Amino acid sequence: MSGAPAPRAAPAGPVAWSAALQPKVDEALAHYPNRRSAILPLLWVAQREWGWLPPEVLRLVARTVELPDAEVFGVATFYTMFNLKPVGKYHLQVCMTLSCSLMGADRIFQHLSRKLGIGHGETTPDGRFTLRRVECLAACGGGPCLQVNEEKFHENLDEAAVNRLLETLK
Amino acid sequence: MSAPRGPLLLKDIDTPGLAGLETYRRIGGYATVTATLGRQTPGQCIEIVKASGLRGRGGAGFPTGLKWSFVPKGTERPKYVVCNADESEPGTFKDRELIEKNPHSLIEGMILAGWAIQSNAGYVYLRGEFGWLQEVLDQAIAEAYAAGLLGRDVAGTGFRFDLHTHLGAGAYICGEETALLSSLEGYRGQPRLKPPFPAVEGLYRCPTIVNNVETLVNVPHILGQGAAWYRQWGTEKSAGTKVFSVSGPVKRPGNHELPLGVPLRVLLEEHCGGMRHGLKLKAVIPGGSSVPPLTADLLDTPLDFESMNAAGTFLGSGGVIVIDEQTCMVDSLWNLMRFYTHESCGKCTPCREGTYWMTGILERLEHGQGRASDLDLLADLADNILGRSFCPLGDAAAMPVQGFLKHFRAEFEHHVAHRGCLANRRRDSRTGGPA
Repeated sequence: MSGAPAPRAAPAGPVAWSAALQPKVDEALAHYPNRRSAILPLLWVAQREWGWLPPEVLRLVARTVELPDAEVFGVATFYTMFNLKPVGKYHLQVCMTLSCSLMGADRIFQHLSRKLGIGHGETTPDGRFTLRRVECLAACGGGPCLQVNEEKFHENLDEAAVNRLLETLK
Repeated sequence: MSAPRGPLLLKDIDTPGLAGLETYRRIGGYATVTATLGRQTPGQCIEIVKASGLRGRGGAGFPTGLKWSFVPKGTERPKYVVCNADESEPGTFKDRELIEKNPHSLIEGMILAGWAIQSNAGYVYLRGEFGWLQEVLDQAIAEAYAAGLLGRDVAGTGFRFDLHTHLGAGAYICGEETALLSSLEGYRGQPRLKPPFPAVEGLYRCPTIVNNVETLVNVPHILGQGAAWYRQWGTEKSAGTKVFSVSGPVKRPGNHELPLGVPLRVLLEEHCGGMRHGLKLKAVIPGGSSVPPLTADLLDTPLDFESMNAAGTFLGSGGVIVIDEQTCMVDSLWNLMRFYTHESCGKCTPCREGTYWMTGILERLEHGQGRASDLDLLADLADNILGRSFCPLGDAAAMPVQGFLKHFRAEFEHHVAHRGCLANRRRDSRTGGPA
C-alpha cells in the first residue's frame, strides 16, 4: 500500500462520486438491507479519495444514504479516525497506551516530535507529515508501535527504526 | 519446522500460505462445513457447542452454546451472525493474528454459527485501524464465494450464507456488543439498553448473535471433532485453550496459546522466557486493561475463569500486561485512565464525568500535587461508577482503580507524602495521551 492522497482543499460547491468511485459506492450500499448502514463504509471511500472529510463531502454521503446532513455529521464527528480537518500525506499515529508506554512510546513520540518539529495534531509546513498520539492499536506485544495512514503497524520501534521509516516516506 | 505455538488455534498458524483457501483446505479446512450442514440439525450443533463448555473469548466468558440457544426458533425475521473483531481492549492483540494468518477459519466458524442459528447473513466488524486486515479478510471471503463456500448454496447443501466485513473508525466502545450493532447500522457507536439482548433483538432489531473472533475459530474444531475431544484441554468450567496476548518487558512477548488452567507463572516464565534485562516483575494485569492487577506473589494462580475470579480479578480477554518494578503504578493507572476518559462515549454521567475526574486526580497525584484525601476520593469515585454506568465501559474504568489502590496503596500514599514519584523511572510518560 502506498501513502494516502495528499489532502485536497475543501471544495467550494457540491461534489459528486466520480465514475471510478461509483462501483465502490454501489458495493457498500449492496452489503446492507438499508442505506444508513453504508454511512461508515462511504465515509471511508470518501476519506481515501479526498484525504479528509470536508463538509461538502459529508453532504454528498448524506445525499447518497438519503438522510439529513446532520445525521452524517453526527456520525463522522463521533469516530476518531475520520479526519474533519486536512492531515498530512503521512499521518503518523503513535500508540501511547500502557503496554507501548511500558516499552518506551513516549521516547518514540518525542523523537518524532523533535525530528519533524511538530507536536500532537500538527502538520509539517510542507504538508507531508501529521503527528498524533493515539490510544491502543492492538499491537501491544510489539510495542512501541505506530501506524502510518491505514497501513499495517510498525512495531518494536526504537529511534533508529523511526529514522529508517521516515526515510521511506517521501 | 519449529515446534507448534499452541495445541489448537495456533498449532498451524505459521503454515506458509495458510491465508489462502488451497492451503487451508489441505490441512482439513471446511471439512466441518461439509460434514455438518444438512447432516447435523441446528439443534444438535448448539448442543455440541454447549457440551464442549466453550465460553466467549472476548472478555465476558459467557457460554457460547447457551447464547446461541437464546435465538428464537421458527421466526420469519432474518437472523444475523456478527463477529466482534473490534479488538480494542488494551493488552489484547490475538484476533488480529488469527484473522491475518488464518482468515478462512473465521469464515468457516461463521458459516457453522449461521447454520446453528439458521441465519443467512453475517458481518465481521473490524476496528478502524484494521483497514489493512480488512483487505486480507475480504480476499479470503471472495475466494470462499468463488469456491461456492459462501452465497446461495454453501458447499452444495442448499444453505444460504452471505458474509461481509464492516470497518469501524476508531472507538473502543464499539467492542461493546450493542454499541457495535449501533455502529454497524450507521449510528454513533453508543450502547443500547439490555434487555432486550441481541439474541432476541439485535442487528436491525432482528435476532443476532455477537461472538468474538477467537470464540468463532474454535467452532469448526468443536463441531468437527466433538465436545469430548475439545475437553481434553482446560478445566471442567473453563474448557479448551486460550490465546494469551503478552505485552510488557518479557523476553518473548506475543501470542501464546495454552490450555486453560495452566498457572500464570508457566506462561510468563516458560513461554515468555521471563523478564527482560534482569528486571523484576511487580504486577500483572491478566485479562486486558479493564481488570484488577495481580501482584508477584499470585503468579501461581491458574489461568482460568474461576481461579482468576478467586484471586480478585478476571481472565477477561487474555491480554496479559506485565509491569516491572521500576514502573510507577500511579503513572500506569493515570495512563489507563486517560484511555477510558478518551474512549467514554459520553452517553451516561457516571462514566463520562467519573473517568474525567479520576484522570484529573491521578494526574495531580503523579505530579506530586495530590492531597491525602485524594486516595479516598478516587476509591469513592470508582465505587460509585461500578455497576451504575449504562454499559460495562464504566466498570472497566473503575475496576483497575480499585485493584491498583488495593494492591499498591503505599505507592499512592508516597506520592502524596513525598510530593513525587517513588519508582526509579526508566521513562517519562508525562506527555499525556491523545487530546
